[in-house]
Amino acid sequence: MTDLPKDLKFLPSHEWARQCGNGELEIGISDHAQEALGELVFVELPEIGDRLDAGEESAVVESVKAASDIYCPASGTVTAINEELEERPDLVNESPYSAGWLFKIKPDHDNDFADLLDAEEYLATLEETD
Amino acid sequence: MPIHYGSQIEEHHRVRESAGVFDVSHMVAVDLAGRDCNALLQMLLANDVNKLQQDGKALYSCMLNPNGGVIDDLIVYRRATDLYRLVLNAGTAANDLEWIAEHSKNFTVAIEKRTDLAILATQGPTARQITAPLLGEIPGLMELPRFHCLEFEELFIARTGYTGEDGFEVILPTDNAGQLWDELIAAGVAPVGLGARDTLRMEAGLCLYGQDLDPQHSPLESGLEWTIAWQPETRDFIGRDALTAQRSHANSLFTGILLEDRGVLRSGMTLLHNDNQVGVTTSGGFSPTLQRSIALARIDADVATDPAFTSLKVDIRGKQKAVRVVPLPFVKNGKITTAL
Repeated sequence: MTDLPKDLKFLPSHEWARQCGNGELEIGISDHAQEALGELVFVELPEIGDRLDAGEESAVVESVKAASDIYCPASGTVTAINEELEERPDLVNESPYSAGWLFKIKPDHDNDFADLLDAEEYLATLEETD
Repeated sequence: MPIHYGSQIEEHHRVRESAGVFDVSHMVAVDLAGRDCNALLQMLLANDVNKLQQDGKALYSCMLNPNGGVIDDLIVYRRATDLYRLVLNAGTAANDLEWIAEHSKNFTVAIEKRTDLAILATQGPTARQITAPLLGEIPGLMELPRFHCLEFEELFIARTGYTGEDGFEVILPTDNAGQLWDELIAAGVAPVGLGARDTLRMEAGLCLYGQDLDPQHSPLESGLEWTIAWQPETRDFIGRDALTAQRSHANSLFTGILLEDRGVLRSGMTLLHNDNQVGVTTSGGFSPTLQRSIALARIDADVATDPAFTSLKVDIRGKQKAVRVVPLPFVKNGKITTAL
């Protein structure tokens, strides 16, 4: 938990975003989130080309326990989805920060990413709720 | 009992493929002793304890309120002519005991809640052969028929369970339970938590009290007509009149539901037929054996006359997805019984 990748920024609702270098953002859920949800059995992703607003429900992950909405960390257009998750939703449990990414967006602007929590701030929100 | 000991899905598979052990000591064993306990149970239970024609037999039954609603579902074991053991659900036990005490005033019955006992259930195709030697040299144990029990020194062993697999439920002094647990784990039996217990029983089409059974619904509305002993007609059990009235106009069907689309069914989801609400899921989840989502559901009986009855829709958070009505169980003795 303490070794969160430093290139990630977070929403308090446990989504992460990473700048890919080509201007796109990769989106996923945190290790804390996958741990709390338990084993995932289904992931419903947006479609390529979908327009999403920051804070909008953009995906659903379902574990053996419950369904959880995934909020989009930034406004933009969906450019890629992790199709491997259809057969292997457990990749999110196994590798929440790399193989278990959910989808990518082309953000409308950089402001939303800049406004997200950095790793330290996100960790602080977890300590508050513990 | 934790939700899981690491992986709920892996624990589920272990029970279907080999053997798992559940610490179900939260369930409550109650002994009824005395010359009137048969008469008391004949009044309290919708099933008839007189079906237990010999010692060492077990019976599944609901205990009903006067409206026919289910107070609890339980197993009753006949230990001797004047000695029965009930195993009650944890959440309902206090209420059950009050109900039983209240109705036993005119009966010569001693009610003893056995707080000194633990319950370990070993379930799975290899469960009995692994468990038996750990319990000692007990004559007749491997020959014990299903839904029977035997007692040996401080052990009470029943060939019952809640997974659709073969196995034993062992009731023993709490002081000895830790050792048996450790020996089972050392023998390769997987510890299994509440999460897998729920998916295993759902695949087996077994009701869970509080979800598929409650005081507002009768056994007729939860697929448990087979547990109601209508004969002899002279047996006046609590809830009988209400059940008799309800039986003449059966108003719902309890059945299995298979999700045809991707997604996960949960309890409380609305089932639709031509956009009309025709039922509700009472339990739901992802079935590790079928690799599909399944549910138990209560459906309006009049829909059953429609030839398209087997295809319904379910509302999953505002989206309609296709489901198929399928008979229960989904899995029996490790084999999938549902056409996928």
